[in-house]
Amino acid sequence: MGKVIVVTSGKGGVGKTTSTAALGAALAQNGAKVVVVDFDVGLRNLDLVMGAERRVVYDLVNVIQGEAKLTQALIRDKRVETLFLLPASQTRDKDNLTPEGVEKVITALKSAFDWVICDSPAGIERGATLAMRHADMAIVVTNPEVSSVRDSDRIIGLLDSKTLRAENGETIEKHLLLTRYDSARAERGDMLKVDDVLEILSIPLLGIIPESTDVLRASNVGSPVTLADGRSAPAIAYFEAARRLKGEALPIVIPGDKRGLFGKIFGRRAA
Amino acid sequence: MGDFEADGSIVNHLLTISSLQPCNPKLTKLNDVLTQPRPVRLKGRSFLALALSPELPLDDWLVQLDNLAARSAGFFLRRPIVLDLANLEIGLDELRELVNNLALRKVRIIGIEGAKGSMLAPDLPPPLLDGRAASDIEVPAVDETSAPTVAAHSVTTVSAAPKAWGSIFVNQPVRSGQSLHYAEGDVTIIGSVASGSEVIAGGSIHVYGALRGRAMAGTMGNSTARIFCRKLDAELIAIDGFYLTAEDLEPSLRGKPVQIWLERETIKVAEIV
Repeated sequence: MGKVIVVTSGKGGVGKTTSTAALGAALAQNGAKVVVVDFDVGLRNLDLVMGAERRVVYDLVNVIQGEAKLTQALIRDKRVETLFLLPASQTRDKDNLTPEGVEKVITALKSAFDWVICDSPAGIERGATLAMRHADMAIVVTNPEVSSVRDSDRIIGLLDSKTLRAENGETIEKHLLLTRYDSARAERGDMLKVDDVLEILSIPLLGIIPESTDVLRASNVGSPVTLADGRSAPAIAYFEAARRLKGEALPIVIPGDKRGLFGKIFGRRAA
Repeated sequence: MGDFEADGSIVNHLLTISSLQPCNPKLTKLNDVLTQPRPVRLKGRSFLALALSPELPLDDWLVQLDNLAARSAGFFLRRPIVLDLANLEIGLDELRELVNNLALRKVRIIGIEGAKGSMLAPDLPPPLLDGRAASDIEVPAVDETSAPTVAAHSVTTVSAAPKAWGSIFVNQPVRSGQSLHYAEGDVTIIGSVASGSEVIAGGSIHVYGALRGRAMAGTMGNSTARIFCRKLDAELIAIDGFYLTAEDLEPSLRGKPVQIWLERETIKVAEIV
């Protein structure tokens, strides 16, 4: 039985789709069977970042409405053969996602894949709540600035109340992925520091992705950053985050900071 | 938001509307008390009342009630009791007789819920509206087979001071967008209260973490309620309808462990050392 992860944030433009693609590719490169699912019906982007936009025939809504089989809608990545994409529909709207339909699709994917990574739309409405509904684990993508942090806090509250696990009285594992981190700006006080974000959100840190032009460049050529250039700083950060997802205890280094902050950060993990 | 008087001290506003609606103290309307002499303060009170739902035939129901009273003596003494007539088809005379019969059993009715307008004679208890269902009340030492339904409703009356606080503990942070209401007593949060969230308590509020959202204590008209937090960064604090916004707070207290209380209608904030 695979693990279902939702990549969510509340706020838009913080890097959910980029992170979904990068983590999905990183996990799949080690041989695990991975499917990335785009829940952003009407504003899909994951197909572009994965470089699969020309190969979309059927989508999530088609599967939910019984117009296509799941196997017809899944798109296999051309670079990593254990990586699949289930695209969202661009022409339909979110009302076509039904709770029963989503449950059926997620259950089917769980039995066939090791990791099911759901790319949540921004916001706290239907699309976002359905994307998190069946998750075993959540990755909360946050930029080091106040509005993103507050929205993430809101999303964490929803994860603790609106997911199936929460309703059954279980807890959902939540991890913070801090993206677009610029150490120089954080030092100058233009951005929140890692400690500040951790203190406010009080969930464990999965990784810190440095702000980098490599990310944009990779997106533009339709490649997850972990496939485009495995040695770039953001790719390394994503690879490490993927290993932590699998349970490895890797030290987290704040970009631009020479000291290893393993003890410091782990000492402050509040939740 | 804080208005400065000539001597520079901050005067608190009075949240009149919120005080009148004890269970929903949303900050909807602000009353300008500065231009007026001291206003008459109306405060809401919420009590838990027993709601009796008589069933036809009334004689049989009264026998059942007697059985219940016999098994748990004094159960109805000193409890506010409301008569719920929503599902009962009786006339005015029968209602008078019922109220008298209950009075003979020392069951005093403080109000009638769900009655038709024609039933509300001036010699009968006053009508009550908008009761909210609470959990069923356990009748002590009851034989389950013949127990009549005794459901509790909370009703709003304006009278004596509240007593017997409860308390709840929240073992996780209060997240942005969440609203925690606990009218019955004190709230203790082991964690932080996030920006964009609110905690509303009938009693005091204790935050073992940073208070970044709104905290409203003593909302049921309890001016002795206090707010405590490890780190003050609140958007708004209120006690018994008096409030201060973040702007009104002394900047030097920001980030400090503090306690907040009400002293002669002025909110006081002091660092806990």
